[in-house]
Amino acid sequence: MKLKFDKNFCEKCTTYDCLTKCQYMRLDVESAKKEIMRLINGEETFILNECVTCYACEEYCKKGNHPFYLITELQESKGILPAPKPIVKQWINMAIPTRKDTQYFPNSREPVISLCLFPEFMRELRGKLFEGVSFILGRHFYCQLAYLHFGKPSVIKERLPKIIENIARHGFKEVVFFHDECYSTFTSYANAYGIEVPFRPVHFFEYLYNKLKALEDKVKPLNVRIAYQRNCSTRLTPDKEQYLDRIFELIGVERTQREYDKEKALCCGGIFRGQQRYDLFVDVQRRNVEDMVKSKAEYCVFNCPYCYYTLAERVYKAGIRPIMLHQLCRLALGETLR
Amino acid sequence: MNKKEVHKALAEIVGEEYVSDSKEDLYIYSRDPGLAEPHEADFVVLPKTVEEVQKIVQLANKERIPVIPAGASLSLSGLTIPYKGGIVIDLRRMDKIIEVNRRSRYVVIEAGVTHGKLKAFLEEQYPDLCHSLPEAPPSATVVGNLMIHGQGHLAQQYGFNSSMVTGLEIVLSSGEICRIGSCALGSYWFSLEPFPIPAGLFLGWFGATGIVTKAGLRLYPKKKLRDVEVFVVEDPNLVPEVIYRVTHTEMAEDITTSAQPYPLMFRDIVMIQIYITGDEEEELEFKRKLIWSSLRDIINSKEGGFMTLAPNMKIAFLERPMSNITRFADVLKGGGFVYCGAIIPIDMFSTALKKLFEIASRNQVTFSHTGRVIGRGHCMMFSFAYPFNREDPESMEKARKAIQESYIATLEIGGIPWKPEPPIQRVLLEKMPRETAELLKRIRSLLDPNGIMNPGNWSV
Amino acid sequence: MSVDLRNVHRCFRCGWCKLPSTFIDYNCPSYVRFHFESYSPGGRLWLIRAWLKKELRWSDRLAEILFSCVGCRNCSENCKMRFKDEVTDWIIAAKSVAIEEGLAPPKVREFLENIAKFGNPWGLPRSQRATWISGVKKYEGDEYLLYLGCESSYLEAGRKVARNVIEVLEAAGISFGILGNEEECDGNEAYMLGEMGLFQELAFKNMKLFQELGVKKVLTISPHAYNAMKKYPARSFEVIHFTQLLYELVKEGKFRFSRMECKVTYHDPCFLGRYNGIYLEPRKILLSIPGLKLVEMKRTRENSFCCGGGSGNFVFDLLHGMESPARVRVREALETGAKVLAIACPICRCMLEDAIKDEGLEEEFEVKDVAEMILDSMKSR
Ligand SMILES: Cc1cc2nc3c(=O)[nH]c(=O)nc-3n(C[C@H](O)[C@H](O)[C@H](O)COP(=O)(O)OP(=O)(O)OC[C@H]3O[C@@H](n4cnc5c(N)ncnc54)[C@H](O)[C@@H]3O)c2cc1C
Ligand code: SF4
Ligand code: SF4
Repeated sequence: MKLKFDKNFCEKCTTYDCLTKCQYMRLDVESAKKEIMRLINGEETFILNECVTCYACEEYCKKGNHPFYLITELQESKGILPAPKPIVKQWINMAIPTRKDTQYFPNSREPVISLCLFPEFMRELRGKLFEGVSFILGRHFYCQLAYLHFGKPSVIKERLPKIIENIARHGFKEVVFFHDECYSTFTSYANAYGIEVPFRPVHFFEYLYNKLKALEDKVKPLNVRIAYQRNCSTRLTPDKEQYLDRIFELIGVERTQREYDKEKALCCGGIFRGQQRYDLFVDVQRRNVEDMVKSKAEYCVFNCPYCYYTLAERVYKAGIRPIMLHQLCRLALGETLR
Repeated sequence: MNKKEVHKALAEIVGEEYVSDSKEDLYIYSRDPGLAEPHEADFVVLPKTVEEVQKIVQLANKERIPVIPAGASLSLSGLTIPYKGGIVIDLRRMDKIIEVNRRSRYVVIEAGVTHGKLKAFLEEQYPDLCHSLPEAPPSATVVGNLMIHGQGHLAQQYGFNSSMVTGLEIVLSSGEICRIGSCALGSYWFSLEPFPIPAGLFLGWFGATGIVTKAGLRLYPKKKLRDVEVFVVEDPNLVPEVIYRVTHTEMAEDITTSAQPYPLMFRDIVMIQIYITGDEEEELEFKRKLIWSSLRDIINSKEGGFMTLAPNMKIAFLERPMSNITRFADVLKGGGFVYCGAIIPIDMFSTALKKLFEIASRNQVTFSHTGRVIGRGHCMMFSFAYPFNREDPESMEKARKAIQESYIATLEIGGIPWKPEPPIQRVLLEKMPRETAELLKRIRSLLDPNGIMNPGNWSV
Repeated sequence: MSVDLRNVHRCFRCGWCKLPSTFIDYNCPSYVRFHFESYSPGGRLWLIRAWLKKELRWSDRLAEILFSCVGCRNCSENCKMRFKDEVTDWIIAAKSVAIEEGLAPPKVREFLENIAKFGNPWGLPRSQRATWISGVKKYEGDEYLLYLGCESSYLEAGRKVARNVIEVLEAAGISFGILGNEEECDGNEAYMLGEMGLFQELAFKNMKLFQELGVKKVLTISPHAYNAMKKYPARSFEVIHFTQLLYELVKEGKFRFSRMECKVTYHDPCFLGRYNGIYLEPRKILLSIPGLKLVEMKRTRENSFCCGGGSGNFVFDLLHGMESPARVRVREALETGAKVLAIACPICRCMLEDAIKDEGLEEEFEVKDVAEMILDSMKSR
């Protein structure tokens, strides 16, 4: 499994957006060019140590190249660990299936939603939007992409084929992925490594949008201002956000204009903490939340549960109500949340 | 007196309803949830007052009947089992919280007050005060915990719970009531020192030198906020250094350790839970930062780091007492676990852990380790814990063997087994210099010349 | 109920279950009353195991230990193990074995036999069931069937609750009817005592009768009936507790309350609270009365301390005595400084009223049901 990285794109590039737009390292065009060439040639560069693994350069590069995947490959080959060894070990061990994990869901029927490692949402994905859905979940279905944060792409490449096989065994044509990271694995990452995916990955946004559209007559516009917290893997598949904006329109919420949204979005900080960059974690969260407050957002909407777990408390303390996207949609349908 | 007469005499003391020799009650009071062999009691009595305790002991002493003081019998090492029969005195009807002196930060309680009740009472009436709460089920008694030198969540800051005692009221084997500390001279219960009779004549003796009917206990400031940071390392040799540095900051409340094979994310690593408290967010953040920076170069070397805790994990770590510790009894779906708590110098952590792994693998048992720092790194409690299934004799036998080996391992590494079961107490007495054992023996026979107080404990 | 008594050895006897979640005091009524560990939930489970394994023989003491469990479910609420929900069911299952083997104490046997023969636990004639009510029509296709249950039909305290509820319903213009002497026992206590055959028979009889009459909504006075009917297999009707309906009516503005300065504390009945999660409605009703001040006892809601009447004990009362749960509860209520102890269950009313007398507190305060509070407020203009 080899990363499809086209160095010609970089050689012809003039902007080096991948590195010049990086929010966590300061590089001008000149130095960016120098460093990307070093990366291409597999040479030592500070980039490998200082990259905070926010994934954003994948989105900044408009040529469809894969600067971030390249960084992770090099981190691994040079033995650079973005986080301490025991932390990496915990993450790697965490996803090893045990006897208690279900491998096959014989009763699942399409539409099927993969819940990744978030069983707690089984209780939440209820109501009109989710009538008749089946779920698959657990370690046998975990996308593994998080190892990009830990300089361990080999773990992903080793485990992913088995995960794909586990899903494929069910014979689904389409699988809806609740966790953005899963969706991005089966699209962006699989493409970049030429991994075949024998089902159509459907983003949760697309699912929600179609459902809401069908229930349009029942939707009561919420008329609230929301700040949207983009998660890291959104950077790998930004196109799906068209559905997000249509959802917001449908349910009558306004995504506030703010400094740290869209391409300039800030990470929730969870990974920074895991990488032991405590000051950065505090600073990024502070800036992010202050920006939300400034934009007069009433809600902060999350699509990634991990971002929610990391940031919700701070958001709440700043007087903004944290909420998951599906919860917001359910509110718009007049449903009550637990 | 024959048995019937004793029964009658007991009934006269506590009332017919509160004495029993029915086989159902004897069944329950002849065993504890650990693995020690049961021994049948002759009577169970439930006194309500000091005078009742006094009369029961007088009667027992006259008739040379053993008396076994008991709280919730949750020490798990058979310390309330009536090895020689006799009268089990379940003290839990004596559960008054007598007084709190807020400014001098102490509470006076009766023998049967549970940790749960004291915690709840303080939370309600004195929200800025707390006592050092162990991870035992909240149904366990505070005095039972003192009698075994227990440790609670303030151990790192203030030491063993027994060193927080400010006064004692004791019924001696003669039936006399004796008070030590300031309470012997006046109405205040603020201090044991500089009273000449040491509390050590009673604390840690498992009731073999007297029955405590009241205790004064230090309370400590309780901050409004509490949080936990979990530092993980792969190499257990690093643990003492981590603890040394964190205790040096003097910013932590409780510091505990854990190591266990399941779930897999806990395998092959050691977790060090560092609790911080504060009345305001700033205070918490300040402490957190100092603790992080004390470990910065270990982090930079990539050998250790702070875990990001999922919300449910955090809730579990912050629960007081942590029910997860109790839940270990259900690991084999069998209603039990035993543990050897070794009090060791912190330097011996990795040796102890290695022993634990060896014992577990030799006996093919699953295990769990939890530990708690006592004092500013002065020592720690290191537990070797093994679950068993009550319905599976083989698993019980394995756990029994593993626990015996753990006691031996504790001694080998120079540690002291905490709340050891009677056979291990005998091993200790044999291992210590003859003079020391002799001194203990003399103290015991001075305080209990007829050998009626919880016999089997601290006797050769 | 499908529990496997072979799992009873999983109990560690750690004792979380005898406390409320706040730990403020012991909360297993039977343990509070007797104080031997054998009467705690864990002790009881260990004895059940010893008995089933034939390490112990059946005895009067064991019978008392088992049947003095009132089934209040505090233990299941507070046990920390994965099997927590089964704890109460294990005890019921053990009672079941005792009953099957003919070992139940005479008082318990008589209780069940009376239900089987006379449709009530006292063995009183069926013909007396509804004679005390006058002016209430029999059910004939009304919106609600008002189900009184044995406790509201034969006990004076229960009758008071029924009268009050009826008066409130009438004031609100609700269409309802009763079954009169044809009413059959709801079976809750049979279930709680492990007499599953009798429970099923009663469930079947009731369902058949309701079906014949075309009943769609059953309004129960007693939380016990509410709980039992919720368990009826393939139930074709809705069950509603009177506090639920009264709260709806309050919201609809059906009552004209006037100011009533008084301090009230509310006692959660186990079969509304812990069993069915209904905590809010009764409180909201009380709070809608202007001037009324609701104060909570130290054990409240999920942690409510049972009155001690459950699992047949309102009749055979194995827990009577100075430290009976009802007396302990009344003392706790008194501590709040309330003048009224509000209840929502006829059995609680009976137990607590008696306890107030036993404690000599008649002058201090009184027990009133939630419906009565509505009436008082409506009348106090
Ligand atoms: C899951 C679990 C976790 C635990 N965690 C901890 C922990 O973190 N820290 C800790 O310290 N302990 C812990 N323990 C051990 C123990 O449960 C506690 O120390 C508890 O407080 C002991 O109280 P008890 O009422 O059970 O005492 P018992 O076991 O009843 O008594 C202990 C000893 O004291 C004697 N005794 C009791 N009362 C008196 C009295 N009034 N006068 C004289 N002698 C008396 C008894 O005879 C016995 O020898 C744990 C136990 C369990 C099951
Ligand atoms: S029922 Fe649960 S809480 Fe109670 S003693 Fe048994 S295991 Fe412990
Ligand atoms: S159901 Fe109630 S009375 Fe019975 S054991 Fe549990 S707590 Fe005690």
